[in-house]
Amino acid sequence: MTTNTANNTEIRYLQPVTVDKNRKKYCRFKKSGIKYIDYKDPEFLKKFLNEQGKILPRRITGTSLKYQRKVAQAVKRARHLALLPYVTDMLK
Amino acid sequence: MANHYEAAFILTPVLSDVQMKEAVEKFKALLTDAGATIENEELWGLKKLAYTIDKKSTGFYVILQFSGDSTLVETLETQFRRDERVIRFLVFRLDKYAYEYASKRVKKNTEQTDVKDKVKKEALVENEIKVEEV
Repeated sequence: MTTNTANNTEIRYLQPVTVDKNRKKYCRFKKSGIKYIDYKDPEFLKKFLNEQGKILPRRITGTSLKYQRKVAQAVKRARHLALLPYVTDMLK
Repeated sequence: MANHYEAAFILTPVLSDVQMKEAVEKFKALLTDAGATIENEELWGLKKLAYTIDKKSTGFYVILQFSGDSTLVETLETQFRRDERVIRFLVFRLDKYAYEYASKRVKKNTEQTDVKDKVKKEALVENEIKVEEV
């Protein structure tokens, strides 16, 4: 009997934890109706960069292809004007 | 066909405030002489650069928005290249969404400056009153 209950609890424990796992990613520009991404706001653009200043892929940010292109354009403009670094460490 | 353009450039930090404004005026005059209309002008002042350009770590940021002919861009860019005070520049056409955004930004900025002017005027009036009291 005791071994049975122990097994039961163990089985329950092995169930996959499904908290936040199936949350669907969405494109924040489509959702909030932003049509133009400004390169003059580096703080906003930092949301789409990793710590080394590289542009994050769509599979992580969830941005749609149309706006990913615009994000990339804005980031590149900001880099050209020294608002964002080309290479760095510990950006965040 | 007239398009809307945005020109952003960085001036060397060695300039004084007056010299910096002079340089900006030069480019504005160049544009207006070539038949452009300047729609907006932003001076960000001395700002730190994200990386060094020509061994300089700061620069004066200037942003001009203008509308005019596409041939303007070439002349403006050659002038930017020739001018030693300009350490970095970027000129591009504003599409309709960008133009919308830009005009909204202008509106916001003018409102803010209006508020500032009002505060200044009020301060002046207060000062005058004080002077009268004295």
